[in-house]
Amino acid sequence: MSTVIFKKPEGLSDRKLHYCPGCAHGIVHRLVAECVAELGQVDDAIITAPVGCSVFIPNYFNYDTIHCAHGRAPATATGIKRVHPDKLVITYQGDGDLASIGTAEIVHCAARGENITTVFINNGIYGMTGGQMAPTTLPGMKATTCQSGRDVKVNGNPIRVCEMLATLDGPVYIERVSVDSAPNVIKAKKAIKKALECQMKGLGYSFVEVVSSCPTNWGMTPVKAMEFVREKMIPYYPLGVYKDLTEEAK
Amino acid sequence: MARVIMKGNEAIAKAAIVGGCRYFMGYPITPQNEIPEYLSRELPKVGGTFIQAESEVAAINMVYGAGASGARVMTSSSSPGIALKQEGIGYLVHGEVPAVIVSMMRGGPALGTIQPAQSDYFQAKYGGSNGDKHLPVLIPGNIQEAVDAVKYAFEMADHYRHPVIVCCDGLIGQMMEPVDFDHPVEIKSKQDPTEWALGCSKPGTRNFIYGISDDAPDCERRNIKNFEGKYAEMAATEARWEEYMIDDAEYAMVGYGTTARILRTAVQELRKEGIKIGLIRPKTAWPFPEAPFLNPNIKKFIVGEMSMGQMVEDVKLACGDKSKVAFYGRCGGMIPTPEEFIDYAKKVIGGAN
Repeated sequence: MSTVIFKKPEGLSDRKLHYCPGCAHGIVHRLVAECVAELGQVDDAIITAPVGCSVFIPNYFNYDTIHCAHGRAPATATGIKRVHPDKLVITYQGDGDLASIGTAEIVHCAARGENITTVFINNGIYGMTGGQMAPTTLPGMKATTCQSGRDVKVNGNPIRVCEMLATLDGPVYIERVSVDSAPNVIKAKKAIKKALECQMKGLGYSFVEVVSSCPTNWGMTPVKAMEFVREKMIPYYPLGVYKDLTEEAK
Repeated sequence: MARVIMKGNEAIAKAAIVGGCRYFMGYPITPQNEIPEYLSRELPKVGGTFIQAESEVAAINMVYGAGASGARVMTSSSSPGIALKQEGIGYLVHGEVPAVIVSMMRGGPALGTIQPAQSDYFQAKYGGSNGDKHLPVLIPGNIQEAVDAVKYAFEMADHYRHPVIVCCDGLIGQMMEPVDFDHPVEIKSKQDPTEWALGCSKPGTRNFIYGISDDAPDCERRNIKNFEGKYAEMAATEARWEEYMIDDAEYAMVGYGTTARILRTAVQELRKEGIKIGLIRPKTAWPFPEAPFLNPNIKKFIVGEMSMGQMVEDVKLACGDKSKVAFYGRCGGMIPTPEEFIDYAKKVIGGAN
């Protein structure tokens, strides 16, 4: 008699992921699906697909889904949530989508305090288009459009999104996490679950940034890429809670 | 219901509510500001939602989300603002999301002027978003027609699951006329939102609004499956026009919107001089009414527009003989007078005889 001790969470499809080996999207997809399932929201979740590597999200989540224009998911999700205030509305966005072309949309969505949740994948690179410089590419980090490394005098400075959004009155909960290690994966899940609970309680806008990796476009093995996350990315993008207006934080 | 005197923009806004619209997202721009102002005040009274978006881009993408969720939703803007909405309009088309977009045209290009113009006929009809598509465009000629157009646009949008544009020159938004909000429009069948809309799927099923295809064959298949049929239905059934004094006419003035009212005066004056001339007034830019331009009795179609010449291209295509088409226009926010059209028509007719 065998016992199932580990299975695919309800709400994730059987479709094989198209992500590269070592990419963290798979981990974060699973965490989102686990949290939604544990909160009993599988039939009430709506997730928006961004433009970027996770554009094919609708293939993986068995929720109602919509493909959004590049960076516009927070606006589209606003329209969805205003029509369906009782549904669990999630935007899942990468750094090019959220912190570059969609900067206005994310800032104003947060400022309005829209009662939705954003999961933000920050891997400091444009993955889908082949490794161009992102708004979050670290100073000195190489990309196909800054081949000698990002020179802030030429290419400008990276944006720390959690810190920026935390200055606004609209968001209720902002945390930056990573999935570079088992303990951090557990912390990331806790943060995503809390963010979704904020929305279910109607508290307002919640935001979880996941400092992630892109072995393919960083030109590293998956293991080396996770070391880069720990040694370079996290020092620039420190993990932690940037805003928490929930009761338990008081 | 008795007719009431109302400013065009406010009448359009009220028509949206009468037509079942409960969501509006927009951004301020002259000469259409009374639409969002009215709806910010009146939508909450009927349980609706108004959002002043941070940009035209955000507004159209909020419309995309609300429309994809099965709601009747509208946005409105004017020329440079409609330019910014183009990306979202492409997603509305591809995702088969119903929405109504009011375009209150002003002088252009760029910021241009805030005075009325008809230089965004191409913009409304062809748009600036990528990909194969047609955009149904209603071009009303007065405030009553604008009210009816808005109500009917929601019927079309839901029936075809497609964005519909109501395109007016700024004069229609800014002037006042008597209107009847109970004036009936055709009610069209709707698709069941449980079959397609976000947040409406039946338990155990899911609804999915597409913006990307898996590969080229999938993209072509989707385009043909989703769009060929409805474009053919629209082309066959949605073209509208009005004819005035055409029965015995040898010449036809052609124009839409406010320009058609000026042309009507010109036709009346020319008739007094014994010239057999009438007026053809298209009420849709797409599908464009072709039948009135196949009239073999008409020697010349004299097109008037508040632009440097846009609808005139459709008239040439429809009649199939560009030597039969003449054009006079004013642009940049300038409004032509009946005298200008009369003088121009006489020149054309004199040359034709």
